Amino acid sequence: MRDIAEFQTVDILHAASSPHPNPLPHAGEGTAASAPLITLDGVGKVFRGGVAALDGIDLTIGSGTFVSLLGPSGCGKSTLLRIIAGLLAPSTGARRWADGGTGHGSIGFVFQEPTLMPWASVADNIYLPLRLSGVARRAAAPRIEAAIAAVGLDGFAGAYPRELSGGMKMRVSIARALITRPHLLLLDEPFAALDEITRLKLNEDLLRLWQNEKWTVVFVTHSVFESVFLADRVVVMTPRPGRIAADLAIDLPYPRETALRTTAEYGLQCRAVSQSLAAAMAVA
Amino acid sequence: MRAQSLAKLLAPLAVGLLFLAAWEAVVRIEAIPRYILPGPLLVAETLWTDGPSLLGSLLVTLRITFAALIAAALLGGAIALLFARSRVLEISLFPYAVILQVTPIVAIAPLIIIWVQNTFLALLLCAWIVAFFPVVSNTTLGLNSADRNLAELFRLYGASRWQALWQLRLPSALPYFLGGLRISGGLALIGAVVAEFVAGTGGAETGLAFRILESGYRLQIPRMFAALVLLSFTGVAIYGALSLLSWLLLRRWHESALPRED
Repeated sequence: MRDIAEFQTVDILHAASSPHPNPLPHAGEGTAASAPLITLDGVGKVFRGGVAALDGIDLTIGSGTFVSLLGPSGCGKSTLLRIIAGLLAPSTGARRWADGGTGHGSIGFVFQEPTLMPWASVADNIYLPLRLSGVARRAAAPRIEAAIAAVGLDGFAGAYPRELSGGMKMRVSIARALITRPHLLLLDEPFAALDEITRLKLNEDLLRLWQNEKWTVVFVTHSVFESVFLADRVVVMTPRPGRIAADLAIDLPYPRETALRTTAEYGLQCRAVSQSLAAAMAVA
Repeated sequence: MRAQSLAKLLAPLAVGLLFLAAWEAVVRIEAIPRYILPGPLLVAETLWTDGPSLLGSLLVTLRITFAALIAAALLGGAIALLFARSRVLEISLFPYAVILQVTPIVAIAPLIIIWVQNTFLALLLCAWIVAFFPVVSNTTLGLNSADRNLAELFRLYGASRWQALWQLRLPSALPYFLGGLRISGGLALIGAVVAEFVAGTGGAETGLAFRILESGYRLQIPRMFAALVLLSFTGVAIYGALSLLSWLLLRRWHESALPRED
């Protein structure tokens, strides 16, 4: 855990294009294909009581990519994310780190709710992952400060969660996820409960952080517009049991700014993704 | 806002004064003898003259009450931790905690007083049996109420069971524990008084409950009332002190300690 700080991701954004490692029926031209970070092999999940949530998921997530999992409510997106995180064991198939390791401690997770400890200040909430791995508070202080600054919460280190707005709480949650400098950042519909204005702002801030930090991101959403704006790869899922219906590359250059939302290219990409989603819904 | 909080203070005070005035008036007009019903002025006077000796008895009762309350907090908390630790223990023991709670203490106090030689210990045990349950049931509930997602986060970061207990489950349980303690405070006093009633005189030291009994036998009804008044003030003070403790511990973060926006 302590050596995560030293971890360096490959600069994938500028890496040469190579064929997609795991082509799928609708797979687009790979824009940011890169060294795989984690691979799911025929992953399925059946819950106790016989509910099939996922079926035959083959997915390779490239290092440094921004992957969006898009699908209707209840299609098993969150289940898939939990399996990637290692919080849930798949019923069939396997999850493998490309480097053969366990990936322990190298994952950041952001839930749909801010999921903060109400009894702890902003700084202490962000400190939690480091505290659990035995980093002393004093040693962690500069990193906590940096994380607070990175999500734009300067001056709120001593505030308690109840004193913050919904958007600010989400920022704390993101800062907590990035304090360990994770290889892999998993976000489970993190902005779904926020108002539109706050959501757009957080989208842009998240993209900026991603470009600075070069994490690998898997972002679960049910919004076509959000997934196209953020991701360089959108994986469309079918309703329960969730299968991968389409795997689309989003061919829009980074950095992506507010102005992108009104361009024709953005509109075209959104239409393509919408059509894939509609097709996925029709299959079921 | 300030006028409102003033009204909140004055309204119950006015009701109380009206009631006392009516009581005094009825006693005087009907010329009710003092051994049937003393007026509030006489009770106040008795409280003043008998105060020192009653306070001594109150101290005896308070010692049992506080010892029982502390035992309820410590042992109750420990039992709740055991329950939270092991589901098997919880299922097998919780029904007996309920049985202890619902069995009237007046019925078992004589047995306890026969079995336990030391009077103080016997009274303490009775008061504890009455007081411990709210702490156990509330704290168990609190320990099991930790946010599921936070628990997953702890797992993701490889937290040990010990870390999860100290940093997640105990803070989550704190408001529940304090809520239980507030109920237990009043119950400990009731338990102590009931036990004293059953035990009778405890040798040289007599608690307030026995003074009430004794005053009743001797038809010193004003003193009986004075002791009663002292007892209820004590109960209110215990509740107030525990509420203050709860507020002090929770005011930074818990909903219950926030000022209402109305």
